[in-house]
Amino acid sequence: MLSKQEKELIIEIWTRLTPLADRIGAEALLRMFTSYPGTKTYFSHLDITPRSAHLLSHGQKIFLALAEGSKDIANLMTNLAPLQTYHAYQLRIQPNNFKLFSHCMIVTLACFMGDRFTPSSHAAMDKYLSAFSAVLGEKFR
Amino acid sequence: MVEWTEFERDTIKDIFSKIDYDVVGPAALTRCLVVYPWTRRYFGNFGALYNAEAIMGNEMVANHGKKVLHGLDRAVKNMDHIKESYCELSQLHSDQFHVDPDNFRLLADCLAIAIATQWGSAFTPDIQAAFQKFLSVVVFSLGSQYH
Repeated sequence: MLSKQEKELIIEIWTRLTPLADRIGAEALLRMFTSYPGTKTYFSHLDITPRSAHLLSHGQKIFLALAEGSKDIANLMTNLAPLQTYHAYQLRIQPNNFKLFSHCMIVTLACFMGDRFTPSSHAAMDKYLSAFSAVLGEKFR
Repeated sequence: MVEWTEFERDTIKDIFSKIDYDVVGPAALTRCLVVYPWTRRYFGNFGALYNAEAIMGNEMVANHGKKVLHGLDRAVKNMDHIKESYCELSQLHSDQFHVDPDNFRLLADCLAIAIATQWGSAFTPDIQAAFQKFLSVVVFSLGSQYH
């Protein structure tokens, strides 16, 4: 699980990058669509071409949800309940895709942060995104 | 047989001609050992691996990281016969090292992330996709002789 230091590292990263929420979120999505084209099937109703308004707004939404979740990791299950329901019953996303998105979010953070994305930051973020994904997929069955 | 576009072939050759093996190899293996601690089980004789600082300062990890990265050279030189190129190494990892092949995928992800920290925005989504495709072929090939 996440140590106190890891939680602080995570909050620090999300807070510092919040001004770029739409760019980072959009880039993570674009990386996922490019490396794993099957993930595009969930977005046939949106314009997901690079720099599109849909991509930026959707990217921002996801980024802010991740940032918000990091402020109260102990209560992810409660705080994410509405998103859990949405992803399980309405979006019905195959849960493996959360892993693919998490990987692409980490690649995006690595690109933005360079060496400041240390192995410890990487480990903390990977653990957080795994926990977030697990909670999101809780209600699937 | 895997089909490669011209862009993919050029991208792979370009990546491997530009990366510093002495930096990226150690960085990738270090990240793997830090982020996925169960992978330390394969390196019992490497000395201190109990936390991130120990792993980052471990010379055996650094040297092995360089070796592993050079292990990809044969795939770069032989992109149309990657599976055959790794027959022997696959057998070795299965029968001698007893490595769970799912861990190859984790190391491959760490390699992509190590390059991302070095290249920043130059590691574009298209370049990442080509690289991930290349790595997934290598990962598959390394697991191909397990029985």
